[in-house]
Amino acid sequence: MSRIGVLVCHCGENIGRTVDCAKVAHALGELPGVAHAADYKYMCSDPGQLLIKQAIAEKKLDGVVVAACSPRMHEKTFRRACASAGMNSFLCEMANIREHCSWIHEDRERATEKAIALARAIVEKVKRNQPLSPIHIPIERRALVIGGGIAGIQAALDVADGGGQVVLVEKEPSIGGHMSQLSETFPTLDCSQCILTPRMVEAYQHPNIKLLAYSEVESVSGYIGNFEVKVRRKARGVDETRCNGCGECQKACPSKKIPSEFEQGLGKRTAIYVPFPQAVPNIPVIDRANCALFKGRAKGAKKQACGLCKDACGRQAVDFDQQDSFVTEKVGAIVVATGYQLYTIGKAQPSEKLKGYGEYGYGKIPDVIDGLQFERLASASGPTGGKILRPSDGKEPKKIVFLQCIGSRDPAKGIEYCSKICCMYVAKHTMLYRHKVHDGKAYVFYMDVRAGGKGYEEFARRAIEEEGAIYLRGRVSKLERAGEKIKVYGFDTLSGRPMVIDAEMVVLATAMRPQPGIETLAQKLSVSYDGHGFINEAHPKLRPVETNTAGVFVAGACQAPRDIPDSVSMASGAASKVLGLFSHEELERDPTVAVVDEAGCAGCFHCERVCPYGAVERKDVKNREGVVLKVVASVNKGVCQGCGTCQATCPSKKVELQGFTDEQMFAVISAL
Amino acid sequence: MASEAPQFEPKIVAFVCNWCTYTGADLAGTSRLQMAPNVRVVRLPCTGRIDPLFIVKAFERGADGVIVSGCHPADCHYTAGNYHARRRFAIFRDLLDFMGVDVRRITFSWVSASEGGKWRDVVNDTTARVKELGPFTEYQGLSDPWPPAPPPTGEGASSSQALGTP
Repeated sequence: MSRIGVLVCHCGENIGRTVDCAKVAHALGELPGVAHAADYKYMCSDPGQLLIKQAIAEKKLDGVVVAACSPRMHEKTFRRACASAGMNSFLCEMANIREHCSWIHEDRERATEKAIALARAIVEKVKRNQPLSPIHIPIERRALVIGGGIAGIQAALDVADGGGQVVLVEKEPSIGGHMSQLSETFPTLDCSQCILTPRMVEAYQHPNIKLLAYSEVESVSGYIGNFEVKVRRKARGVDETRCNGCGECQKACPSKKIPSEFEQGLGKRTAIYVPFPQAVPNIPVIDRANCALFKGRAKGAKKQACGLCKDACGRQAVDFDQQDSFVTEKVGAIVVATGYQLYTIGKAQPSEKLKGYGEYGYGKIPDVIDGLQFERLASASGPTGGKILRPSDGKEPKKIVFLQCIGSRDPAKGIEYCSKICCMYVAKHTMLYRHKVHDGKAYVFYMDVRAGGKGYEEFARRAIEEEGAIYLRGRVSKLERAGEKIKVYGFDTLSGRPMVIDAEMVVLATAMRPQPGIETLAQKLSVSYDGHGFINEAHPKLRPVETNTAGVFVAGACQAPRDIPDSVSMASGAASKVLGLFSHEELERDPTVAVVDEAGCAGCFHCERVCPYGAVERKDVKNREGVVLKVVASVNKGVCQGCGTCQATCPSKKVELQGFTDEQMFAVISAL
Repeated sequence: MASEAPQFEPKIVAFVCNWCTYTGADLAGTSRLQMAPNVRVVRLPCTGRIDPLFIVKAFERGADGVIVSGCHPADCHYTAGNYHARRRFAIFRDLLDFMGVDVRRITFSWVSASEGGKWRDVVNDTTARVKELGPFTEYQGLSDPWPPAPPPTGEGASSSQALGTP
C-alpha cells in the first residue's frame, strides 16, 4: 500500500472562498493509500513547504499531492521542497483546484466536489509514479545566431564578449539589417549608420564570431546543448578569400540599371554588387537573375555573354562556376533574430487575409512611398544624397501627407495588431522633412499617437508643437492622382470635417510583418509562431526571450513589432540566457521521455514514423554469439522531447512515456 | 422555473495538451471566466499522447461526455503531435457509432494558450449538449465501482509497496 500525503492549499481566499478545503483534505484522507491529509492557508509559503517536508519525514510518505494552483505555477516549487526532504521530486504532483476550479465556479458544493475528484485522480496517478532522475547531457559552447540585423549583431557580440563562440548567419550579402537603411533614429535623431556600422565591423572582426553572410539555415537537428545545423552558403560568384573589396568589378559591370533592394527600389545597382558602401563583409555578389552572363547561360547560349567583371578583377576572385556549398556547425544554443519586413501593400498578397490597399495607389502613383523609402530619401548616403525629392520628377515636395496605421490595427485587412514603431518614425519623418525643407508642410493622419517609451512622448510632442507638423485624427479613404499632385481624401474626426489635401508626396506607415519564410524556419527549429508568423515566446511576461523549444531563443522584431532599443534589450537578454546555459558543465533535463520495452517490441516502427524529432532509433538485439535476433525501436533520451505520440501509436503498447504511462493515465481516468 | 426533479448534471472528462489548452484553461481561470463545473481536466503532454482508449475508458468509468483539445494546427509544441491526433480521431469517430457512443457526446477542438474565452465556450457548449443527450448508460455495469473496495486484510494485501506499512 502506498503512503501518499495530500496537502490542500487555501491560497489565502482564492481557493478557500469557493472550495471547502478542510472537506477536500478529509475526503482525500479516507482514500486507500493516503497516509496523510491536511490543509493550510498558503502551501507555497515557507511554513507551508515546511509542512510538506515534516509530513514526508514523520509519515514516511512515498508520494505527495499538493492540491493548489496550476502545476505551471508551482510544480517546481513543491518538487524542490520534496527533494530537499529526501524524496524523489517526480513523486510529487499537483492537482489544479484554483485555475481549473475555485476561480471558475461559484457553487461551493459542486466546486468542492470537483476539487475532490481532481485531487483524487492525481493521488491515483502518484501512487503509480516511479522515481525518475533528470537526464544529463553535455553542452556545446557555441551559439548560432540567425539574422544579422541589430538584434542578431547585439546577441552575437554579447555572447562572444562573454566567452562563447558564435556562428552568425545572415541571408543577405551584408549584415546590418533594416537599421542600416535608416537615416536617423528616434527619439535622439542620431545617425543610424554612425552607431551601427562600428558594431557591424566589431562583429566581423571579433575572434569569437564566425560570420556566414549570404547564407541560410538549411536544416536543424539535435536538441539543447547539442544542435547540429546545416547552413547553405549561397554562391556569391566571388571567392571570399581572394576578394579585397576594391570595387573594380562593379565599375566594369555593364548592367547598371537594376533597382537596388537596399535603396528600396529608389536607386540603381549593378549586377555584381555590394548592397551599400559600408557593407560587411565588403564582398560583392553576382545577382544571377540580372547578370548578362548567367542570363545567357540560362538560355543555353554557347558563347559567354559577358565576363567584364572577371577581366576587371586583379585578384582572380570572380568565379562564375561557384556553386552553393554547405557547412555543418555544432552549436549548443540558437538565437532567432530574423527581423521584419514591411507589409508590401502594392504587391500580390501572400494570404487572402491580407487584402492590401489598392485605394492608396502604392506602386501605381510613383510619389506614394512607404516609410523605408522615405528613410532612404532622407539618408545622406541614399539615392538623393539626403535631399527629399519626388521619385517621379525629382522635385522637392512642399506638401507631404503621412498616413499612419496602414495595415496595422485593421482587422478588415488582416492585421489587428499595432506595429508600435510607426507613430514614432512618422513624427521623426515630419521633423527630418521640416529640417530639410523649411517651407514644407507635413500633415499626418493618425488613429492615436502611441508614444510609450523613454523620451518618446516628448519627441512626438516636439514634432507637433515645435516642428509644425499638422496632426489630423482620422483615416484616409483614398488617394487619387491629379496632375502632378495627389489628392488625399480624408476625414478629420476631431473637427468632424472631410478634408481634401493636394499633396505632392504621400508616405505610408505600413505595418511590420515577420520576414517571409519565417514559418519554414520556425518549423526547422520546432518553435511555434502565431497567426501572423511572429515567433512565440515561452511566456509573454516572464520568459520573453525563450521559446518553447529548449535552447532556442528569440530576439527583436521576429517575435513582435519592436523598435531598436527593444530589439537590443531582447538580444542582450537572449545572449545572457545563452551564456547562462554555457556556464554549466552539463545539462539536466526533465526525464519525461519515452522508453521502449525491448522484450515486447515487435519492431513495426510505427513509432519511428510518427516521432516529430527523429528520436526513435533502430537497435539490434543480439544473442551471446552476437547474432542479431531482432531489430527493435529504441528512444534516444537526448532527442526525445516527451510528446508521447509514439505511445498512443504503438499497437502493442510497448513504448511508455515516463510520467504519463498508460497505467497512470487509466488510473487518473478511473478516479475522476 | 418550477420545481423539477434534480437536474441531470453530466460528468465530462477533458483530455488536453499541456502547452495550449491546459494553459488556455489556466488563463480562463486567471481571468475568472465562470463556466459549468461538469468538466474535469486531464493534462497530457500533447494531444498526440491521447490514446482513443482513454476516451473509451472515460465512458466506461461513467463519463457522459468527453472533450479532446490541443494546440491549433501548426501551433503544436511538438510540431506535429496534434496532426497525428487529428488523423487518429478522424478514424476513431466512425468507430464510436459502432461502439454505441453518440458522436455528439465528444467535442474535438483546438484551444490555444491565449484562448481562455474559447475554452469557456467549449466547456459550456459541451455541457449543454450532453445535458440534452442525457446520461450515458450504455456502458453501465461494465466496470467495478470506484474507489475499489480495500483488499481483504491478510494474505490478499499484495505488492511490494506494502513495505513499511504497519
